[in-house]
Parts: sequence; structure tokens; C-alpha cells
Amino acid sequence: MKLKRKDILGLQDMSTEEIRLILDTAISHKGIISRPVKKVPILKGKSVCTLFYENSTRTRTSFEYAAKIMSADTTSISVAGSAITKGESFKDTLLTLEALGVDLFVIRHAAGGASHFAAKTVKSHVINAGDGMHEHPTQGLLDMLTILENKGKIEGLKVLIVGDIMHSRVARSNLWGLSKMGAEVRLCGPSTLLPAEVEKLPVKVFENLDEAIEGVDVVNVLRIQLERMDRGFFPSNREYAELFGVNKARLLRAKSDVTIMHPGPMNRGVEITADVADADFSVITDQVTNGLAVRMALLYLLLGGGGHVASA
Amino acid sequence: MWLLLKNGRIIDPSQGLDKVADLLIMDGKVSKIGKVNAKKLDNNGVAYDVSGLVVTPGLIDMHVHLREPGQEHKETIETAALAAAAGGFTTIVGMPNTLPAIDNRAMVEYVLNKGMSAAVNVLTTGAATKANEGKEMAEIGDMVNAGAVAVSDDAFPVQSADLMRMVMEYSRMFDVPVVVHCEDKSMTHDAVMNEGIVCSILGLRPWPRQAEEIMIARNIMLAELAKCKLHIQHITTAAGVELVRSAKAKGLNVTAETCPQYFSLTDEALNEYDSNAKCCPPLRTQADVDAIKQGLADGTIDVIATDHAPHAIEEKEVEIPYAPFGMIGLETALPLVITNLVKPGVLSLADAIAKLTEAPAKALGLKSGRLTEGSIADITVIDPEASVKVNASQMKSMARNTPFDGAELIGKTVATIVGGTVVYGADSLNTI
Amino acid sequence: MADGVTKVMDEDEIRRALRRIAHEIIERNKGAQNLVIIGVQSRGVPMAKRLADLISQIEGTDITVGSLNVALYRDDYATRSARTISATEISFDVTDKRVILVDEVLFTGRTTRAAMDAIMDLGRPSVIQLAVLIDRGHKELPIRADYVGKNLPTSTKEIVEVHWVETKGEDAVMIAK
Repeated sequence: MKLKRKDILGLQDMSTEEIRLILDTAISHKGIISRPVKKVPILKGKSVCTLFYENSTRTRTSFEYAAKIMSADTTSISVAGSAITKGESFKDTLLTLEALGVDLFVIRHAAGGASHFAAKTVKSHVINAGDGMHEHPTQGLLDMLTILENKGKIEGLKVLIVGDIMHSRVARSNLWGLSKMGAEVRLCGPSTLLPAEVEKLPVKVFENLDEAIEGVDVVNVLRIQLERMDRGFFPSNREYAELFGVNKARLLRAKSDVTIMHPGPMNRGVEITADVADADFSVITDQVTNGLAVRMALLYLLLGGGGHVASA
Repeated sequence: MWLLLKNGRIIDPSQGLDKVADLLIMDGKVSKIGKVNAKKLDNNGVAYDVSGLVVTPGLIDMHVHLREPGQEHKETIETAALAAAAGGFTTIVGMPNTLPAIDNRAMVEYVLNKGMSAAVNVLTTGAATKANEGKEMAEIGDMVNAGAVAVSDDAFPVQSADLMRMVMEYSRMFDVPVVVHCEDKSMTHDAVMNEGIVCSILGLRPWPRQAEEIMIARNIMLAELAKCKLHIQHITTAAGVELVRSAKAKGLNVTAETCPQYFSLTDEALNEYDSNAKCCPPLRTQADVDAIKQGLADGTIDVIATDHAPHAIEEKEVEIPYAPFGMIGLETALPLVITNLVKPGVLSLADAIAKLTEAPAKALGLKSGRLTEGSIADITVIDPEASVKVNASQMKSMARNTPFDGAELIGKTVATIVGGTVVYGADSLNTI
Repeated sequence: MADGVTKVMDEDEIRRALRRIAHEIIERNKGAQNLVIIGVQSRGVPMAKRLADLISQIEGTDITVGSLNVALYRDDYATRSARTISATEISFDVTDKRVILVDEVLFTGRTTRAAMDAIMDLGRPSVIQLAVLIDRGHKELPIRADYVGKNLPTSTKEIVEVHWVETKGEDAVMIAK
């Protein structure tokens, strides 16, 4: 088994075999996180660069921990502002870092397709850590791993993703991954926050949360990104919470063993009530640990475990 | 001084001409179409055998971004003209969105003067509003008197309906068309590509078709009110074609154009985030491509223009939302027309030539675009069967931003003649 | 049996070798006190379980067995093998334990080096000893086995394969050219 690709740009073009390999590897690596010595030498001498054009504490920290546990050297670069502001072009930044010996780039960028651009520009590996409204594949993978751990399977489950679907790279990576693995994916959000022709995606679409939540196994609650609400997609947070907020009363319609996920950071009281966020069926902190395991697995498969042949 | 093209298939849609004949040019003008015996001419000339080739009026591109003045790192009048000659165009019409804008007499004269020494005829439009700001009308009368052939808001569409009405009513006095870029900017903020499933998957900002169609409808209504000549640029959508169709059915003085990219590509060309496929309006869907072809076939769309929009390599080699809109088109237009319209039978070769010659001449009130005896000898010699592979690195344009690089196409410009002088392809013509 | 494949140990020989090793382990460690057995994944695991069973029988006490995945400790990951990874299963603290590391074949010594590093990251054993069924020579590191079933001089081109009833339906050691 090996991952026959240079880059992880999204889950749309990933096969179910690849997804299984990554999840299996993540499961086997997860134990390292709880060991007294959280370090294995496999990526000693490899250089990982997190290149972030958008603020993100949790994703970047997760990748850095993953790299450090695997003994890779890490460099973190934050580029404030957009590429339109004067300064070095994205291309030159990438080529400069590659010349410094970076083996793998982890890229977060406000522009959709930025990781594709990077993957074409450098020979080093690229992992997309979120590109605009396009994809966030490691989030999709960690969400699947969390579902797998909690439900023992993905196939046949009903998974609801609720919130700002239009702007959400998490929603896109989740819907590709989950639908490939055989889950029924439901999307629900205000009609103004559903992307054009959403019905052409492999999903069921709802504009009413009470209908959408009926009988689901998992609810993945998306963050309302207040900074993206400049165009007035809905009248107020108050009305959003009333119509699309996930609360205990609404969850009575879901399966009795429903699992709640949220990619964080949460707006408590807007998209999710505090009692739901802190309930025992909420696995939001498990998602964080699984994120680390998934990122360790990807670093291993891209930098370490690839290219293996049968042992003598 | 004479030049003889022997035994070519001469197609001039303006006079319904399509026959194999000789074409004689004397002192820069078309002298005779018929049987010409070279031996009876003096020694001061040259005869070329163009048998098997098509001889047409020089192609006219009424939608070109010359970039000069102000953005000479993208293109200059000189290089745009060389690219035009290589693409078979003998006349190009510049858009007013230069830096500074072509919004007064001095700027019009600057472009026309620069154009005098260029390889092909260079004409210009004048800006509809001062500095293309969409706030105050520019000195349209003075620009027309200086030689501007039309008034345009290209790249900076006038959002105020009242101001556009003024521009149209005022332009009517000078009998020039108002050439409009149709886009409701309130719907296209930061937009990158056509709104639809491809855009939804790629996670880019959507450019809805309605932003174009609303403005086409508005501009048609305003032109009806103002009783002006209206020319609608680069139509890309099925509903846009329908709006023009019904305007024409009402007898309004409306012409419309599309560009080769809009009948050759769909929004799927953006799938790998190719910034060279980012243009404005954006590439649409297959249903739109089909409707554009239908509109070309039934005459709703009069003109094929390129919207040649050169950009420097470093400007396009960025994250796609930050890349400027537009692609170059002068050197790929003719093979795209032949490959995607003529070969599949959407248009006859003569009808396709008409949309590149007679139709733009008529829309702008130009005397060119025909091969009658006594007319200026602007002529294009075409091999409609030649296979070509697009090679951006070899183009005459300074820019390389084309999504067609590497495409295998049919149809090629063999030679371009401006005012009786061969400005492109002299080496590939067979001297008799 | 395919051409060029020779059986160098049969079921009886393997049984005798394992029994001898079990006795040697008990003797050297003066009993089974604090003894744990760790098999190197994947092929050292059946042998580790056999040895644990034998020592239990002889000493009348349960012996703890673990399995160790060394893939993340290898120095040759870019060029060599990795089967589907399964997690290390060591549900006990190795600190102050007498660890018997078990692998079926000792060849270059690199797997053993990786295994020792992996164990050290889990804790601080009082001693690590190495038991192998076959020592085929060609070591590239200063490592030797404490317990050897059979010394088998080979050329580097030969392939040594150990079959276990648990995985291949028979106990045998094969050598292929």
C-alpha cells in the first residue's frame, strides 16, 4: 500500500482506497500521541514548512505538532495581508523556500486554488490546509476518522452538515469524502448560503433544519464566519440561531445516539448552544486529537512511507 | 506598383462574391478581380500564386486592448499590430481603458498617430465617461471629430442608467455607436468565474450570468429610448443572445459581438485553476456555447471580435482570484472560427468571414471590409485546411496569456496585406 | 516446492529450537521474574507467542507478550518495505522489565536497531535481549543475538522465509535463491 501522489489538494479526486489507507495509518499512529515519549524518528532530517496566508492557530499548531512528533524540522511562515499588497509574489515565496530545502509545504490561503498553484510551482510535496472556499482535506479526513471511531463505520450513516455551506471548504471536503465512503450527506443552511447548483453535488439539500436533522447519525455544525457576512446573507445572528442553531430540542429528531462535531472555533450561542457543545455526545475535542493523527499519517505517507516494496 | 494574387478563391461577403479569380492591386487599391495576365503588367510589381488559398477582405477586430499608453509592459500599439497582422487582421480598434484613459481629443490623436507607423490600421474608441469613472460624460464630440470610431465603456461599465442614457442620447448626434460592456457590478464583486456547479466545486467567487443579462436588457431599453446605435460586446449567455434577438425583431439599431473563447470553451476550462481562462465576462456552460453558435448562425450575433486582452506573465502567474481578467486573441481567432464554427457547419466560410469583415465595418461605419474595385487593398490570404498547433511562445503579441496554448486547430493566416503592402507572410507566398 | 527453494528447518527442528531457546532464556534470566516478550511486527509475533507459551509452561507463570511496529523507526523507509501498518500493541510499562525482543530472522541488524529505539521510547527496560530463529549473517551493525535457533550462512541474494502454522499453515524455514 502506498499513496501514489505528490500532493494532498482535496478529497474530490481521492479514491476510497487512498482515504482508507490514510485513515488506517492515522489509527495506527494515534497511539503515539498518548505515549510518554511523543516522538518517533521516521522523518528525521525532513523539512516541513507551514505557509499561512490566513490566520489559523489550530490547524497550524496541529500540523506543527504532527511534524515534530515525526521528528521533522518545521518552519512557520505567516504572510500578513493578501498577495495583492506589495511584496514578494506567492510564486517567488514558494521557490525561495523550496531552494532552502523544504520537503513539504502546508499551505493555508484565502484564494481557492492556491494549493494547486503551489503544487505546480514546486517539486516539493504540498498539503492543502484550506484554500479559500475550495477544500480543507485534512479536516475532511479527521472528521471521517472521528465518525469511524464513534460509529465503527461510515457507510450507510446519515451525516448532516449545517451552516454556511457556500463559503465552507470544510463542507466541500466532508461531502466528497463522506459520499465516497458511502454515507448519505445532507446539507442544510440558509438559502442564501447554499452554493449555486448545489443539487448537482452528491448530497441531499435542505433549507429547514428540523427536516434535515430527522434521523441523522452525525451532525457536523459549521462555524458562521462573521467576517464573510459582509453581503448580508441573513438578517441577524439572533435569527440565524433561531432557524439554524443546533440545540438540544432539535436534536431530539436525530438518532438517539447522535454525534455532534464542529471544526472550531465555535460561536457558542449562534450555530451551536453551549449545552450541546459540552454534551457527552459532542466529540469536538476528539476531532482535534484525530486531526493530529491524520496529519501525522499524511506526513508519513508523503515523506516517509511512500515508495515501499516487499521486504527481503 | 502592383501586386497580383493569382488563382485564389476570393470571398467577399459584402458583395456576395465567392469565386476563383485573380486579384490585382494597383497603388494600394483593389484594381481588378477576374482574369489578369501578369505578362501584360510592367516590371514594377510581383505576382503570387494563391491557388488553393482563400482571399478575403482584411479582417477587422473591433475589440482590442492596446495597453498603450500606460501599460506598455503588457503590449504596445506596435506589438498589438504585429499580432494582428499575424492573425490576419488588417484593422484593429482599441478600447479606451488605457492609463490614462482615451477620454479626450489628445488621447485619441495619440493612439491614431502611434498607429500610423504600425503594421496594420489602428483605430480607437473614446471613453464614454471621463477617466472611465462612470461619473461624468467625456468629450464625445471632440473625440469623434478627432477620429474616434465609437464610444465605449469597456472594462468600466457605466452603472448609472441615467448617465448611460445621456451618453447614448449625446452620441446619437455624432452617428457613432455606443459600444457597451454589460455587467452589473453590484453582482460581480470579487467574482472570478461563471456561477454554477463548476464554480461551486472550485470554491471561487461567482460571476452570475444575470449580471450580464440585466445590463444587456437595460442597455437595449436605454438605446431604444435614446434612439442611438448600440453595439453589445462579448455576449456569453443564452439569455443574452435571446435579448438581442428580440431587440432586433423590434427593429432596434442593435449589433452584437461574441469572441472565440465563448464558442470554444466552457467554465470547465477553469477546472485546474488556469488563470489564462479567467476572462470577463467569464466562460459559461455548454448550453451557452450552443446558444452562442445558434445566435451566430441565425445572424443575431453580427460580429466576431477577440477582446484581445494582453497581460504580463507575472500578472497571470498568481493565485487565480488575484489574476487580471482577459486573454489574448488576435493570433488564435481565425483558426478557432474555422475549427469551431466552419468545420462543424455552424457557419459557412463566407458567413464566418462576414462576421470578421463586413459586419464590424458596418457596425462602426467603416469603408473597409470589402474588396470592390477602388477600395483600399486590405486583404487576408487564408489556408482554411492547414493544421496548426498553437504555440504561445512564438506569438507576436508581447503577452502569452492564452488558454489555447498547445491546441491543435485548423485554419491559418498565410499572408496579410495592408494598403497593398504585404505586412505578414511574404515568405510563405509563392512567387510566380 | 518450487525450483530453487529448499527447506532448511522442518516442524520438529523448529519445535526443538524454540524449546531450547525457552530454557536458555529462563536460565540466563534466573527464572521468569519481570520477563516480558515483545515480537517485532509482523513476523516476529508468532514466535514471541510460542516462546511465551513455552516459558509459561516451564515456569508455571503467565508471561506478558507485546508486538512492536518499527516502521516509524526504520532508517531505510525511502527504499524498503512496509506492509500495511498496524499499531504497536504493548499494553504494559516496559520500565525495569527484562525485555526479550523476538524476531524470526537476524540479517543486517537494522530492524533490531529500530526495535531497540522504539522500546526505549516506551520506557527504560532493565535489560533487552534478542532471540531469533535464524541468524543468517551479513550484519551491518554491531548487533548479535542472545538466543539463536539456527545459524544459517547465506548469500545476500538468497531469501530466507519462515513459515508459521498461524500464518502459512506449517512450521518451516525455507531458503530461496
